[in-house]
Amino acid sequence: MAYSEKVIEHAENPRNVGTLDKNDPNVGTGLVGAPACGDVMRLQIKVGDDGIIQDARFKTFGCGSAIASSSLATEWIKGKTLDEAEAIKNDRIVEELNLPPVKIHCSVLAEDAIKTAIADYRSKQAARKAAETK
Amino acid sequence: MALKFPIFMDYHSTTPMDPRVLEEMLPYFTEKFGNAASRNHAFGWVAEEAVEHGRERIAKLINAQSEKEIVFTSGATESNNLALKGVAEFYKDKGNHIITTVTEHKAILDTCKRLEKEGFTVTYLEVGTDGRVDPAHVAAAITDKTILVSIMFANNEIGTVQPLEEIGKITRAKGVLFHSDAVQGVGKVDFDVQKMNLDLVSITAHKMYGPKGVGALYVRRSKPRVRLVAQMDGGGHERGNRSGTLNVPGIVGFGKAAEIMMQEGKAESARILGLRERLRNKLSAALDEVYVNGTLEHRLAGNLNISFNFVEGEAMMMAIKDVAVSSGSACTSASLEPSYVLRALGVGDELAHSSIRFGLGRFTTEEEVDYVAELVIAKVNKLRDLSPLYEMHKEGIDLKTVQWTAH
Repeated sequence: MAYSEKVIEHAENPRNVGTLDKNDPNVGTGLVGAPACGDVMRLQIKVGDDGIIQDARFKTFGCGSAIASSSLATEWIKGKTLDEAEAIKNDRIVEELNLPPVKIHCSVLAEDAIKTAIADYRSKQAARKAAETK
Repeated sequence: MALKFPIFMDYHSTTPMDPRVLEEMLPYFTEKFGNAASRNHAFGWVAEEAVEHGRERIAKLINAQSEKEIVFTSGATESNNLALKGVAEFYKDKGNHIITTVTEHKAILDTCKRLEKEGFTVTYLEVGTDGRVDPAHVAAAITDKTILVSIMFANNEIGTVQPLEEIGKITRAKGVLFHSDAVQGVGKVDFDVQKMNLDLVSITAHKMYGPKGVGALYVRRSKPRVRLVAQMDGGGHERGNRSGTLNVPGIVGFGKAAEIMMQEGKAESARILGLRERLRNKLSAALDEVYVNGTLEHRLAGNLNISFNFVEGEAMMMAIKDVAVSSGSACTSASLEPSYVLRALGVGDELAHSSIRFGLGRFTTEEEVDYVAELVIAKVNKLRDLSPLYEMHKEGIDLKTVQWTAH
């Protein structure tokens, strides 16, 4: 299968690779996929007090398209509000990276990773608020 | 010697033609273009003589008693189809049971599935973690309805060489026909249709430095005399077994490739084994969590099927795109299922997704091996830096205990 130039570019020079402290209350972590299925993405966000995503990091076990999808996702969500980031749909990733039909699941996984990271951050914040009001 | 890119390390998929083969083929495209079935003029006689010479060389390579036992086809897929369907159709009054293994090539497995739809019963024998079928399991599976046992010689993914000699003793004693898809091993590992009691054998030219588009089916003519129902109707070529104008240049090339294999195959395998081990040792020394799939003992010299844990196979192939290899990763196929051969060995799906098949051959050099080893080590390390699984492994997390979200 021939890869699109954008997939190759991201896979060779992935953006925002790394790990944030998952115990930091301002960090949300999304770990999606399964090793047995051939792809696992971990996407993390660090959210400022203003509700803006200050930083995003990822690590991915998967094919070039999976790596590119998660790399692109971190680029897109940085500087966005949680609601804006949550609104990113997988078909925008498909379009941007020119993914063929067999690779659409990579973009779905990236969308799931964003949503799971945001949900993790929100549940941490809710837990903290609940603890404060006690 | 300077390296030339891309580097070919996928000799199980196909092989480049040996220049000596091409040289012998060339006249048969132009001045010696006759149809081997033209019995009435010199063009036909020249072509026929060339075909018969090819037949003799191929018969010699597998130790057939007579060159008349070689039926030319378009390749091993056709040979496998002709062997299984041809035998099934001819012997269906005798029985309806066929025995094969789960690690066969699709040309066998899908042909068996077709025969099942037509009322035949097929037993698919499991293999051990080493990739080998147990001859005792073959013996136990044979019933009074069994007409054919079909077991490959060497596996195309993991290079495992099956114990054909032991199995042949069993099938011969029980009076069951024995077929082998031998495309990957012939000429490279000792192969002898007499010693192995084989009745039908599929081979192809392009896996042994010959041209694509020409293969053969060995069909034993005595003790026992094997009968087939032809699957292609027409002019009755190949003693009625396979109609169709013979691919004369292809057969000439196939014959030459077989002759070279006979003369050089053994020494060549020893050299290739040295290179394979050099590659394996370099990778194993520099990287942790590396697993060779299948037995090292009964294996084609040129095969190294290896899993780099925590690194996905297709990403790996993309990272080393100047090197042509293959992977058992799901992502290389449309089905999203990892290799059924690795699954049959009991290799977990995680490791199957991380497998890379290196295939070394006649034109592989030590410089290439050294370059590839270094490149692979660097890229595995790079991709592991990118892998959440490797990070978790390093933190001491047992990945089997994690709740994954299967998708």
